[in-house]
Amino acid sequence: MADVMIAEASARLGIDFSQVDLDSVQLPPGEDFGVISDDEDLYQDDHLELDTSLNNIIIVDNLPVVPREKFDKLEGVIRKIYGQIGLIKEDGFWMPVDPDTQKTLGYCFIEYNTPQEAELAKERTNGYKLDRSHIFAVNMFEEFDRFMQVPDEWAPPEVKPYTPGEYLQQWLLDEKARDQFVIRSGTGTEVMCEVMWNDARQMKPDPVHRRAFWTESFVQWSPLGTYLATLHRQGAAVWGGASTFNRLCRYAHPQVELIDFSPGERYLVAYSSHAPSNPRDPKRIVINIFDVRLGKVMRDFKGSADDFAIGGPGGVTSVSWPVFKWAGGRDDKYFARIGKGIISVYETETFSLIDKKSMKVDNVIDFSWSPTDPILALFVPELGGGNQPARVSLVQIPSKEELRQKNLFSVSDCKMYWQSNGDYLAVKVERYTKTKKSTYTGFELFRIKERDIPIEVLELENKNDKIIAFAWEPKGHRFAVIHGDSPKPDISFYTMKSGSSIGRVVKLTTLKGKQANALFWSPAGRMIILAGLKNFNGQLEFYNVDDLETMATAEHFMATDIEWDPTGRYVATSVISDHGMENGFNIWSFHGKLLYKILKDHFYQYLWRPRPPSLLTPEKEEEIAKNLKKYSKKYEAEDQDVSMLLSEQEREKRKALKDEWNKWVTRWKQLYEEEKLDRQGLRDGETSDEEEVYEAKEVEVEELLDELQEVVEYDE
Amino acid sequence: MRPILMKGHERPLTFLKYNREGDLLFSCAKDHTPTVWFADNGERLGTYRGHNGAVWSCDVSRDSMRLITGSADQTAKLWNVQNGSQLFTFSFDSPARSVDFSVGDKLAVITTDPFMEVLSAIHVKRIARDPADQSGESVLILRGHQGRINRAVWGPLNKTIISAGEDSIIRVWDSETGKLLKESDKESGHKKTITSLTMAADGSHFVTGSQDKSAKLWDSRTLTLLKTYVTERPVNAVAMSPLLDHVVLGGGQDASSVTMTDHRAGKFEAKFYDKILQEEIGGVKGHFGPINALAFNPDGKSFSSGGEDGYVRLHHFDPDYFNIKI
Repeated sequence: MADVMIAEASARLGIDFSQVDLDSVQLPPGEDFGVISDDEDLYQDDHLELDTSLNNIIIVDNLPVVPREKFDKLEGVIRKIYGQIGLIKEDGFWMPVDPDTQKTLGYCFIEYNTPQEAELAKERTNGYKLDRSHIFAVNMFEEFDRFMQVPDEWAPPEVKPYTPGEYLQQWLLDEKARDQFVIRSGTGTEVMCEVMWNDARQMKPDPVHRRAFWTESFVQWSPLGTYLATLHRQGAAVWGGASTFNRLCRYAHPQVELIDFSPGERYLVAYSSHAPSNPRDPKRIVINIFDVRLGKVMRDFKGSADDFAIGGPGGVTSVSWPVFKWAGGRDDKYFARIGKGIISVYETETFSLIDKKSMKVDNVIDFSWSPTDPILALFVPELGGGNQPARVSLVQIPSKEELRQKNLFSVSDCKMYWQSNGDYLAVKVERYTKTKKSTYTGFELFRIKERDIPIEVLELENKNDKIIAFAWEPKGHRFAVIHGDSPKPDISFYTMKSGSSIGRVVKLTTLKGKQANALFWSPAGRMIILAGLKNFNGQLEFYNVDDLETMATAEHFMATDIEWDPTGRYVATSVISDHGMENGFNIWSFHGKLLYKILKDHFYQYLWRPRPPSLLTPEKEEEIAKNLKKYSKKYEAEDQDVSMLLSEQEREKRKALKDEWNKWVTRWKQLYEEEKLDRQGLRDGETSDEEEVYEAKEVEVEELLDELQEVVEYDE
Repeated sequence: MRPILMKGHERPLTFLKYNREGDLLFSCAKDHTPTVWFADNGERLGTYRGHNGAVWSCDVSRDSMRLITGSADQTAKLWNVQNGSQLFTFSFDSPARSVDFSVGDKLAVITTDPFMEVLSAIHVKRIARDPADQSGESVLILRGHQGRINRAVWGPLNKTIISAGEDSIIRVWDSETGKLLKESDKESGHKKTITSLTMAADGSHFVTGSQDKSAKLWDSRTLTLLKTYVTERPVNAVAMSPLLDHVVLGGGQDASSVTMTDHRAGKFEAKFYDKILQEEIGGVKGHFGPINALAFNPDGKSFSSGGEDGYVRLHHFDPDYFNIKI
């Protein structure tokens, strides 16, 4: 309808509407000329709901039909049931009575203070058995309206003609094979999100799209880089497209706080928590799982925070995100969550539990999926004061068959690290020493892809070393560990494969006394950044693990975050903090050359746009690697051209600036000459300005400071 | 070369000024006593005692005979450079901040801070040749700035007065009539408080430093923005080399938001920029605390910086400095 109105209005005013760039229209702040923007539309709806305030009313059906004299008793029973859930409004209870029979009609209306309470009441008591013949059917008053409108006869849904969508992976076809990133900066009214190309050849970013207020909290790429997700009060939205960023889909989820994509980016999990009306109650948590492309809720989970809390070493801890962990691989088949003594594994065909029941694992406190296969790794801590050992086990899904299990003794804590191909699993085990006064650390290394999953135990040379960081080489067989005491810990590299003895973990080297507290492997493997972030002031060491040599050392003062681009060619180091000093990011080449730096006040996020995995077969990749020289020629020539062009441009620019400056200076000199006489006048005829020749005269000044007479005794 | 560390002030430095010959360096600090030093070896020559508050700035006459100082004790004083005696005191009803002699030293411009009900103002005083004839009368009083005026200087031929301060606008006034001639516009101008303003030796252009982490170069006759130098820190002090096309910026975090963990955190460097290409060439580290004052020796072969740490650092350039090519 609005479109028609616009068309009419534009025809009347003689404007070719197709020529108008709507984005260029700037309205004065606070003025919308009666036109409601899309985003406000939703917001408006919220208000309407509040005004009519029907969403806090529920209808309870299937009540016993009672005569007048039993009316009060029934009301008492119902009030007791529903008063527990939330505060019923004054006059918020109404049970209609049939005027003919003077009996109740078997249903009643209850009005709560908040929609949340009504929602909760519906959830809790729908299907409540008052007795054998009275099972409550509870509905929201609003829904009732909607149900009434359902036509009695089924009409076939209208089939919409297929309109081809935009090509969502256009960015991968960039001619210069550049990568994109998004940054978020600014505060208050100046929040700005910018998507840019990393144009490393030109030593600067190349803007793609920028928008103020793009998001209300943060932005997030989907795991394969197809979508950029933004968060709003009303829900989440995803953006993408061939040329620019258009809104592709919206997901209504009021007060959404966190989102998570499935690895194949088919589903989006959104999370929100709501303060309860009674402050003593736990928070209410709502989780919706959306189909990313349809925008449809596939399954929702609601409950109190306690229901979503997971077990920790000391009992129940708080909710940890992501609540649902997705099985690896791109098919998004399974997701799971941990509960008290159970692991609930769901499959996405029906969005229900596998075998219709959760897996019972007593006291389980942690689990993780293999990044590629439907294999779960579980950790159960020690029980009964050490009588029952702690246990790590691998479980195949959907068969729920235990593939391997390892018992561990006197364990205080465990952490699991999967290698990105799912080839290896490292379990970092903190054990108590005999006295139980301190702990030491060891690793249990599982070779998942080998027969019977052999397990190897790795202990550091110095058993008392603290482990500061651990990281697998992506797609590789090596890992790095930072161990020892801060501020100068050691870093060791190990490999799971070695020439002579296959199936033995071998240490490659140890670097002594490095100022590092974090490890960042290149996504392509081989290169690693040994970083000293935060307290170490942003020390960076670019290390080549193939040749075991340092490529470069550098510093990005105060750096807090490091992210490799998805191809492993460039690295972004950023300073993201509230104290407002040094905020911004630097882009480095993989071998540690600083390419460019950008400063941004109130800098909050730097995210590379992920790339989907390569479509090349391993054989083809190997072939390319072998004939790299042949392929690289073309790119080297291009690089050369660009750098020539760049230096040419730079020269010209400098020349222009110099010329312009000289023009100024000549003018000034001329003016200065012209004013010479005036200046002389101002200085009472003192001849010239600075070129005056002055003679250095030596002047002798004698000053009598003091006179003193002293009698000096003279001895013969 | 190793800088010469001049320790004589007990409080943060506020201003530095060389005399025309470049053999004397005058320093002002919050400790009430302006000091004069030998500019080549940093030896202390003497102090000017008499102020009863922080001294914000000073200027020395062309013949190096007179010194004028502006202080928070609500006075500006004229001194005999040679023997340190007070010649005259201009009294105001609010702290005096910036002082500047005109060409010919017959006039001085003095700015006063807003204080209680009193608004900030720019006063023009006549400076008598003989101190006995000196009067405290203002020739002209200019008002119009919002908040403090951090610096006011004479334009070419004393025809204009250029002022800048907390309202981040640069204003050019007619020094005869007191009319406001020009204002820097919001677009090209600074976004935050202008902390410093330094005139080129020939008065043709000047550079301003601001807390918006930039310094800007302006044509003093037309108030055209010529260059912008962007840095990572609020700029407290600016200076221009009279010899080479270099601009020096000094600054750092506010004393209150400085961390105590690492001296690099505040970036208390004097940063050298190429005046024409607007590119950073280098930096001189050393101060423990922000840099509040910078001054170039008129021969361009040395410069000095004054910091929140109470030190003046005198740097004589290495021969390499004069061959920098970019």
